[in-house]
Amino acid sequence: MGDLLWTIVLIPFLGSAILAVFGAFMPKKIAGTIACASIGIAWFLSIIVAIRFVETGTANVPLYRWIYVNGLHADMSLHLDALSMLMVGVVTFVAFLIHLYAAQSMYAEDGYSRFFSYMNLFVGFMLILVLAANLLVLYLGWEGVGLCSFLLIGFWYKDIKNVHAAQKAFIITRIGDTALAIGLFLLFREFGTLDIQTILSNAGRVLPFAGATAAVIGFCLIGGAIGKSAQIPLQTWLPDAMAGPTPVSALIHAATMVTAGVYLLARMHTIISMSPAAQLSIAVIGTITLLYAGFSALTQVDIKRVLAYSTMSQIGYMFVALGVGAWTGAMFHFMTHAFFKALLFLSAGIVIDSLGGEHDIFKMGGLRTRLPIAFWTFLVGSASLSALPFITAGFYSKDEIIWAEWSSQLGSIWLLAGGLLGSLITAAYAFRVVFLVFYGEAETEVINKPGMLEKLAVIVLSIFSIIAGFISLPKALGGFDPFGRFLSGVLPHQPAAAGRSGLTAEEVILALSSTLSILGIYLAYAYFKNRLASEALGLSPTGIRVHTFLYSGWGADKLYDRVFARPYKALATWNRNDFIDKFYSGLGALARYANHNLSRTQTGKVRNYAAAVLFGAIVIAAIVLLR
Amino acid sequence: MNVLFYVSGAIAIIAALMVIVSTNAAHAVVYLVLTFLAMASVFLTLGAPLVGVLQIVIYAGAIIILFIFIIMMLDLGRQTRERERSWLSFPIWLLPSILSIVLIIEFAVVLSGHGTPNSGMVILPKEVGKTLYTHYVIGVELVSILLLAALVTGFHFGFSKCSGENHE
Amino acid sequence: MSSVPISHVLILAAILFVIGAFGLVVRRNLVFVLMSIEIMLSATGIAFAAAGSKWHQADGQAVVIFIFATAAAEVAVGLSLLLRIFRRLKTVDSDKLSTMKG
Repeated sequence: MGDLLWTIVLIPFLGSAILAVFGAFMPKKIAGTIACASIGIAWFLSIIVAIRFVETGTANVPLYRWIYVNGLHADMSLHLDALSMLMVGVVTFVAFLIHLYAAQSMYAEDGYSRFFSYMNLFVGFMLILVLAANLLVLYLGWEGVGLCSFLLIGFWYKDIKNVHAAQKAFIITRIGDTALAIGLFLLFREFGTLDIQTILSNAGRVLPFAGATAAVIGFCLIGGAIGKSAQIPLQTWLPDAMAGPTPVSALIHAATMVTAGVYLLARMHTIISMSPAAQLSIAVIGTITLLYAGFSALTQVDIKRVLAYSTMSQIGYMFVALGVGAWTGAMFHFMTHAFFKALLFLSAGIVIDSLGGEHDIFKMGGLRTRLPIAFWTFLVGSASLSALPFITAGFYSKDEIIWAEWSSQLGSIWLLAGGLLGSLITAAYAFRVVFLVFYGEAETEVINKPGMLEKLAVIVLSIFSIIAGFISLPKALGGFDPFGRFLSGVLPHQPAAAGRSGLTAEEVILALSSTLSILGIYLAYAYFKNRLASEALGLSPTGIRVHTFLYSGWGADKLYDRVFARPYKALATWNRNDFIDKFYSGLGALARYANHNLSRTQTGKVRNYAAAVLFGAIVIAAIVLLR
Repeated sequence: MNVLFYVSGAIAIIAALMVIVSTNAAHAVVYLVLTFLAMASVFLTLGAPLVGVLQIVIYAGAIIILFIFIIMMLDLGRQTRERERSWLSFPIWLLPSILSIVLIIEFAVVLSGHGTPNSGMVILPKEVGKTLYTHYVIGVELVSILLLAALVTGFHFGFSKCSGENHE
Repeated sequence: MSSVPISHVLILAAILFVIGAFGLVVRRNLVFVLMSIEIMLSATGIAFAAAGSKWHQADGQAVVIFIFATAAAEVAVGLSLLLRIFRRLKTVDSDKLSTMKG
C-alpha cells in the first residue's frame, strides 16, 4: 500500500510537469485529457487504498531522508490514517469532477495547459499536506497550495486587478503562515521532533495542561489556520480571490485549500485541547466569522462573492466545531461542504458562462426554464447549504455542529445562539440568490448552454450533496454513525456537559434549527415577492448606510488600509530617504556641487588663467617661505 | 649715485603704473618708453653699461616701434577708450591688487636681509663678451635660432594673402 | 660704482615684476597685456644684473642679454598673433577668445 500512496501523490506532480513543459506544443484536448487523467488515476488509486486501509489500518510510509540536521530529523514520509484517508478521498474526488468541468469550461481560454498545470500542481501539494507525517512536510504542502492559489487567482494576469487580488491573498495568508512557522519552532523546541504522531502521543507529558507554552503554540497554529481558512481577522482576501476562474474558486477556495486550516487543527487536536484558552478562541473566532460573513453575504450582488462569504461562514461553523471539541463533526461538515460548495460554484459557473460572463445577480433572472440543469443543481446545493431538514447532507452535518455547540463541555448558550442565527441567515442569503437568479423576469439572454462534462460534474455533486449526510445520523434519528466510527481511532470524542445532553434536548434543538432554516427560506421568498417594499427599505438613509457597511465586508478592507497599509507605506516612504540614504545621496550631491564649482574655473578667459598661475605661484612661494 | 638709483627706480615704478592704468594705447606706449629709459638708468647705476645701452637700443628702439606699428594698424579709436575705462572697474582690479600686495610682501620678506652693499665696480662690455662667447656660447647659438624662429613666425603670421581668415 | 644695498635693487625688480603681473591679469586689451609682459621681462633683467653686480661677474649681464633676445622674439611672435586675432575677431578683447559654451 505504501507504493500506491506515494504514487497517488506523485501522479498529479507528474501531470503538472508534463503540462508545464510540453503543454504549449500539444493540442488542447490532449492537455485536458492528461490533466483529468492524472487526477482521475489518483482518485481511482485512492479508492483502492481506501479498501486496503479498511483491511490493514493505519500505515506509515517513509520515502526518503530529507532534512537531517543537528537534532532535526525530518524525512519525507507519508502517514495514512482515517483522517488523512478521508481528506485524500474527498480531495481527489472533488478535484476530479472539477477538472472534468474545467476541461470543458476553460476550453476557449489561452493558457489552457498552464491552467491545468497549476491545477494539478495544486492537487499534488494538497495531497502532500494531508498525507504529511511530520509538520515540515505539512508546511511544504501548506506553502505549495498557497503558491498555487496565487498562480491560479492571478491566472488572467493581464488584468492588473487579478494580480492585485492574488497578491492580497498571498500576503494575508503569509501572515498566517508566519504564525504557523513560529508554532512549528516552538513545537520543535518543546518536543525535539516534528513528527506528528510523536508530538500527539507525548503532548500530555511534555506540555503542562493549560500552561502558557501550550497556549502560545495553540495560538500560533490557530494563526496559521485562520490565514488559510479566511477567518477573522485574516479574511479579507477570500472575496477578492473570486477574480480567478470559477473552477479555481470551486476547488481551492471552497473545497480544499481553505479547509486546510480545519485539517491542521483537527490533526493537532491534542495540542489544541491542551489549552482551553486557545480552543475557546477557535470557537469564538468561528462564531464571529460565521455571523460576519453571513450578514455580508446578504448584501452582495456578485454571485461568486456571495458564495465566497458563504464559504467563510461555513468554515466558521467548522471552527466552532473544533472549538467545542466536536472534531468529527468538523470533518463531517468539511466533507458535505466540499460537495455542496463545489456544486454551487460549478453551477454558478454554468450560469455565468451561459450569460456571457455576467456576475451580477440583479442582471440575471428567469433562468429556471432556460437553464434547467443549472437550476436544479443550484437548488440542491442551496438547500444543502441552508441545511434543509432530512433530505440534504448539509442538514446532518450542520445539525451535528449545532448540537455540539450546546451539549459539549466546552459549549455554551452563546455559541448555540450564534449557530442558530447563522443558519437562519445562511438560508436567507442562499435562497435570495436562488430567487433572484432563477425566478422572475429575465434580464440577460442565455448565450451558451452547458456542455456534457459540466453537466456530469454538477449532477454527480448534487447526488452527493444529498446522500453524503446519511452516513452519520444524530441519535434522535437513529444514531447510525459509520462515519463517526471510522474516525474514532484518530479523533477523540468530546464528553458532553452534565445536564445538557439527552435525547429531548437534542430533539428540541433539531426542531429549532430546522424551523430556522425554513424560516430563512421563507424570508428570502418574502423579500423576493415584495421586491418594491424591500427596495424601499433598502433605499432609506439608514438602509443605505447599513447596506454599504455590510456590502464592504463590514468595512474590513478600509480598516486594514487605515491601520496597517497606510502607516506601513508611510514608514517605507520615510525610510527610503532616511539619514543613511541621505548620507549616500549627500555624497552624490557633494560630488555634483564640487563638479559645478570646479567647472566654473574653466572660463576660457586668458586673464583668469593667468591669474590662476599667479595665484599658484604665490601659494608655492608662501609654502616655501613658511618652512 | 645712490640718489640716481632711487630716483630712476621711482620713475620706473610710476611709469609702469601709468602703463597699466592707461586707457589710451598710445599714451601707454609713451609711458612704456619712459619705463624702459628709467630701467636703463638703473642698469647704469648697477655698473652694467652694456646692458643699459642695449636696453635702450632693443627695447625702446625696436620693441616700442613694433608696438607703435600695431597700434597704428589696429586703429583703436575713441570708443575703445570708453570701453577700456569700463573694463577697469573696481571689482576687476580688487583681487589682482590683493594678489599683488601679497606678492610684494613675499618678495620683501625674501629679499631683505641680504644687505651687503654694492661695492660698485663697473663691468666692462669686454668682460661680458668674453663670458658670453666662452661659457655661454651654446646659449648664444640657441638664442640665435630662437630669433630665427621668431622671424619666420612673424613673417608667416603677417602674410595675409595665402592664409586668410577663412582657413585656420 | 654705487653702494646701494642689493636687497633694495631686488625689491625694485620685484615691485616692477608685480606691477607687470598685475597688468597682465587685469587688462582685457591684448596690447596692454603684451606691454605688461615686457615690463615683467625687464624687471627680471634688473634682478639678474643686480646679482651679477654683487658677485662682480659678467654672467649676470650675459643672462640679461639672453633675456633681451627672448623678449624681442616673444614680442615679434606675440604681436603677429595679435594681428591675426584682430583680423579674425575684429577686436582685441581677450575675453572674446574664449569658445567655451556655458
